Amino acid sequence: MNEVRELDVAQITAAVRELAMTANYDLPADVYAALQAGKTSEESPSGRAVFAQLVDNADIARDDRVPICQDTGFAVLFVSLGQDVHLVGGDLTAAVNAGVRAGYADGYLRKSIAAEPAGARKNTTDNTPCVLHTTVVPGDRVEIVLMAKGGGAENMSSLSMLKPAQGWPGVVQAVVDTVSRAGSNPCPPIILGVGLGGTIDMVTLLAKRALLRDVGSVHPDPRVAAMEAELLDAVNALGIGPQGLGGTQTCLAVFVEEMPCHIASMPVAVNVQCHAQRHKRVVL
Amino acid sequence: MTIQIQTPLTDDVVRGLHAGDEVELSGVVYQARDAAHKRLVALLQAGEPLPFELQGAVVYYMGPSPAKPGHVIGSAGPTTSGRMDAYAPLLMQHGLKGMIGKGLRTAEVKQAMRDAPAVYFAATGGAGALLAQRIVGNEVIAYPELGAEAIARLTVERFPAIVVNDCYGADLYEEGRKAYARG
Repeated sequence: MNEVRELDVAQITAAVRELAMTANYDLPADVYAALQAGKTSEESPSGRAVFAQLVDNADIARDDRVPICQDTGFAVLFVSLGQDVHLVGGDLTAAVNAGVRAGYADGYLRKSIAAEPAGARKNTTDNTPCVLHTTVVPGDRVEIVLMAKGGGAENMSSLSMLKPAQGWPGVVQAVVDTVSRAGSNPCPPIILGVGLGGTIDMVTLLAKRALLRDVGSVHPDPRVAAMEAELLDAVNALGIGPQGLGGTQTCLAVFVEEMPCHIASMPVAVNVQCHAQRHKRVVL
Repeated sequence: MTIQIQTPLTDDVVRGLHAGDEVELSGVVYQARDAAHKRLVALLQAGEPLPFELQGAVVYYMGPSPAKPGHVIGSAGPTTSGRMDAYAPLLMQHGLKGMIGKGLRTAEVKQAMRDAPAVYFAATGGAGALLAQRIVGNEVIAYPELGAEAIARLTVERFPAIVVNDCYGADLYEEGRKAYARG
């Protein structure tokens, strides 16, 4: 029998606090490299100027420890809890929210969460609650990933419950339509997380999880990698370009995650991510 | 060549701007986004005075992150303008001359810009740390209880933007996209 490891949830709170700040100040290296490359590879002059501004912006944010974007996002947390870990000292959900609260307060991050969505829309003032996805995994470690998800790009995301007869062309159309409709709104160059299969809840989670992959990474399954390449080319053919001013790079990367689905269904979710792709990971 | 623009805007200045012009704005712009717009429109509909002079004004669709000690403002890039489309035409009818944001506007808003006349500028979305460096004054003048959604009088110096919609009906987003679309 595996030995059970005790972990105080106060450590989780401290880790989440730190992740909230570093995610918002420090653009991941893969995204930074893609923005650098765009300064020369983008064909549109205004698009190249946008890439140059975005690189300068990332430098300022990292050096001055200020947010890359004023929309410091909905905190979306992915916690992979090792099944040999015994959490002590309190409630996991409360501990994660306490970390979000502390990080957004101490880090001078914007509080962007409104209660009663269709009514008072009163700001909760501490950027909680967060969205928490917990998975139990083998081992005695706890992995925490914090994604700071901005509202502008999230608003442009889509869910389509296609008919199986629509097949792969239907999927391509759903993705292209989503990006075409979004135009300049989600702060292109964008990154797309595409969920394919599962159920209505799972397909959107697949799309969101897909956004955790590194820009420049290739899917290990060549079949899925080919789907990603085709989708990337199809959306970049739209010509929307950086900031929607016209150009060859509307999208930096498309990541597809799939799972089997019901014989009657073909769910497709497209989660749109702006160029400020902010996520950080820690293992406790 | 970058065009230097001083706020508040006159009709002559607005008429001299065309989609695709790169500009730098200096002077006062008013920070206002969703919740503030809802209140401004309610005041106009009730015939009550606004918290700032709308004639010639430029609004910046933006809700900043909190300022760190010693900083004028936190990160301060544009938010998606389309959410203010329901409110913008009435503000233009009452003297609003310029809007700074990012993203698409409706046909109604573009028509209101021709009628006003008024102009729509885009600043680079997601460059909030960079753009904050061009904001040298920041004073909340209404609705502090709205936090990041309060109305603030911002003083900007050479704030970089590009004309997307001019008062002649041109649209840089449509033109740019057409120029690079394949197939």
